[in-house]
Amino acid sequence: MSELAPASPALEQAGALVPKTVSLWQVFLQFLIIGATSFGGAVPYLRRALVVKLQWLDDKQFVEMLSISQSLPGLNATNMAILLGDKLRGPLGAFAAIVAICLPGGLYMFFAGVFYRIHGDHGWVTDALKGIAAASVGLILATVVQLAKRSLSDHFDLVFIGLTVLAINLLHLSVPVTLISVGLLAILWHHPRTAPAEGLGAPEELEK
Amino acid sequence: MTQIPDLIRVFSYLSLLTVGGGMAAFPEMKIQIVDIHRWLTFPQLIHFYSVGQMAPGPNMMMIIPVGDWAAGPLGAVVVVIAFFGPTALLTFAIGRLWKHLESWPWRQSIQRGLAPVSVGLLLAGCFTIAKGSIFGVATAAIAVGVLMILLQYKINPALLVLGGAVVGYLSL
Repeated sequence: MSELAPASPALEQAGALVPKTVSLWQVFLQFLIIGATSFGGAVPYLRRALVVKLQWLDDKQFVEMLSISQSLPGLNATNMAILLGDKLRGPLGAFAAIVAICLPGGLYMFFAGVFYRIHGDHGWVTDALKGIAAASVGLILATVVQLAKRSLSDHFDLVFIGLTVLAINLLHLSVPVTLISVGLLAILWHHPRTAPAEGLGAPEELEK
Repeated sequence: MTQIPDLIRVFSYLSLLTVGGGMAAFPEMKIQIVDIHRWLTFPQLIHFYSVGQMAPGPNMMMIIPVGDWAAGPLGAVVVVIAFFGPTALLTFAIGRLWKHLESWPWRQSIQRGLAPVSVGLLLAGCFTIAKGSIFGVATAAIAVGVLMILLQYKINPALLVLGGAVVGYLSL
């Protein structure tokens, strides 16, 4: 929360922000750097580089893009790359941004896969992997808690969370069936009349 | 080579299920990759996902070794295009339409309605992955430990996953 709020220099000059001309190469390079250094979630790195350091866009624009990214299918990191790239340099910028942000991690995982194929059944690798997998479960649970805290609008939302888990883990319904049926219910529950004017808690995502 | 059409089908389908994050598609990913096409065993899929948590950038790059194993380097490339292409095009289109959608009253209803469902999908994905990775006290302790630390302190999660590797190596 605090990371976004008043301390940001970019926010103070939001009104005075002049649209800069950014070359396609600069877009590619920045997203490549972020793709190579953003361990543990790309969004805070994107904001730090593009909003705070380079001032290619202001916080308001960034947060709006984040809220679009979160409500569409796709990963936040790649959706943000598309929206930011398009804003900075049009369709080619979007293409350069998503390729660049995926490239370093993609190469890393390619070689991790090759290594795993050769050494994956060695005792010490298996033990380390078990530890990694268990830690990942903790990490996902923490994400569940943080996401629930900032993105839910009322307590009744817990029912939709419960229904989703029930449908998938107990009734073994497929993800699309669950997504469409529970999603539709939840959207109808939040139909326009009941929705208060205040926005989603998107900015807090930045803190992650 | 013969796996390429299946890889395209499966990963472009999974692409559209990643509402709220890659984990949302995990239960379906397990069914497609492990049960139906047998490109990987369940433990291998979990290992790839988990190792992927220590990679920089978008956190589903673990699909790359899946494609590579199923059909070689070409499979890896195909999988990336199939998995990121559909959502990239959708996001591009909606991003351009967004200004016009601003006054549409259902927009916020959709955002509010999808929020709990994406949390639910994330949790469901978590349970699926837990079934294959929490076996006893030691692994449960690692998971709970990571959860507590992350909720309590601001620390880079990738470091904790790395810590899990060390603890696993020393104690499992």
